[in-house]
Amino acid sequence: MGVKQLSVFLENKSGRLADVTRALAQANINIRALSIADTIDYGLLRLIVNDPERARAALAEAGFTVALTEVLAIEVPDKPGGLANIIDILAKEAINIEYMYAFVGRSGEHAIVIFRIERADEAVQILREKGVRILTGEELQSL
Amino acid sequence: MYFWNREAECMRLEELRALRDWLLVKTVRHAYENVPCYKRKFDEIGLRPEHIRGVADLSKIPFTTKDDFRENYPFGMFAVPMDQVVRVHASSGTTGKSTVVGYTRNDIAVWAELMARTLGAGGTTKGDVVQNAYGYGLFTGGLGAHYGAEKIGASVIPISGGNTKRQIQVMQDFGSTVLCCTPSYAVLLGETAREMGVDVRNLPLRVAFLGAEPWTESMRRQIEESLGIDALDIYGLSEVIGPGVSYECMEKAGMHINEDHFIAEIIDPETGEVLPPGSKGELVFTTLTKEALPLLRYRTRDLTYLEPEPCKCGRTFVRMHRVMGRTDDMLIVRGVNVFPSQIESVLMEIEETEPHYLIVVDREKGALDTLEVWVEVSPRIVSDEVRSLEKMEQKIASELQSTLGISVKVKLVEPKTIARSEGKAKRVVDRRDLYNGS
Repeated sequence: MGVKQLSVFLENKSGRLADVTRALAQANINIRALSIADTIDYGLLRLIVNDPERARAALAEAGFTVALTEVLAIEVPDKPGGLANIIDILAKEAINIEYMYAFVGRSGEHAIVIFRIERADEAVQILREKGVRILTGEELQSL
Repeated sequence: MYFWNREAECMRLEELRALRDWLLVKTVRHAYENVPCYKRKFDEIGLRPEHIRGVADLSKIPFTTKDDFRENYPFGMFAVPMDQVVRVHASSGTTGKSTVVGYTRNDIAVWAELMARTLGAGGTTKGDVVQNAYGYGLFTGGLGAHYGAEKIGASVIPISGGNTKRQIQVMQDFGSTVLCCTPSYAVLLGETAREMGVDVRNLPLRVAFLGAEPWTESMRRQIEESLGIDALDIYGLSEVIGPGVSYECMEKAGMHINEDHFIAEIIDPETGEVLPPGSKGELVFTTLTKEALPLLRYRTRDLTYLEPEPCKCGRTFVRMHRVMGRTDDMLIVRGVNVFPSQIESVLMEIEETEPHYLIVVDREKGALDTLEVWVEVSPRIVSDEVRSLEKMEQKIASELQSTLGISVKVKLVEPKTIARSEGKAKRVVDRRDLYNGS
């Protein structure tokens, strides 16, 4: 039920992000969501794209080190308290969120948030029981 | 001029020559009979100990190198049984194994005498308070200086290295008059004192004996001015004995080699030919009095030259110029010897890393050397979490630290940022300017 996310290792020097976006543009890859985690020396660029396998190949070709991981794309009601409800559910179960960021597109009345959480299988089950919708890779791409 | 042992240090040259001939014959026999490595080297070329009748025959003897220590690790180079060895020290080897040296009770006494000469040449006497900030432990610096100062009868503060603010406090409160440490640490002490609002020039500190790493005349001026002291250069390596191999007098014009205990030669590092007096080349030592670890023609890999002219101070011992470079890729970082090959072997042992690395050594003004190791990331290291990258950096850093004995900063870099080897790889960037202006 996860969606594939690319993580690209980037040194903190000017022009590197541009190199990534250019390589993806040339491969005709569309970026759907992204976030950056950084330290003093380097950053990790996390990407959700329309074609993860092809994007990974294009980036590797351009000399980047890329890791592929599964994350959850969770529908969040686009209203006050929407995100709070979902995070409350996880907090009650003591499931930690490693990181999260927003997806560009929408699913009907819902926003989509990308989550990386521990004990993902368990989390999915609990969220579904509470009526939270989790999108598959195909569903996400069809938006 | 100050002397600890004027009789020895100003020995008449004829007398010194006769003494050295006699001691060399003895040492060669001792080494040949008790160290299989030397016996093998002699036998291979049909050389017999009796062929060496004096220093004039020295060049017949094959060289000894650090590799001999590695192949005979740990105690194979010792010429006495362990029940006569009262001390063991060690320094870095080129790979995982360190270079191990041993001392008999008499070797320790000789070493103390040589360090007493060293400290005495800067005017150290009993009544002096010696702050010994060389590291104590396997490194020879700490205990070497300690025993020499004690032999003189000075009051020794065995403070060892580090904890710089406390060093300044102790220097103030105990009234240290003599300082022993690496030159870069002396600079750091000066800077730290200034930050603490302490002017060392107003303290009783008078002289410093600085060694274990290369430095320059401009560093000497800086240290002398900021601390208000005389800064003297000292030289040694654990294979030969430790500190005390050679030392500057107050002329500050090169280091007198203790020639009644060591023979120095300068050779062409490529051909092994002995070079004429005054030529620059690789320094080679033969020990004359060592019992536990006699050394025959040991190649130091240090580049320097011997000053043929006699010194104004009256010592007859020949002087060596400060070390002007290395014939191998050894780095000296905070007084510790580091070989790039040691770093490589650590990285090879860590499964996730690739052997693409760069060693960057730097020295900020008034601070200690920094050692950075840049390691290229591989798909096996990169994940989606910064935390796991940081964990990997820490893992590599702690492995390196435990092998090298000094702290290392590991920096992950993108693949292909480190130049690929076309022939000889560029593995080291040394941003310090150690051998210039000397």
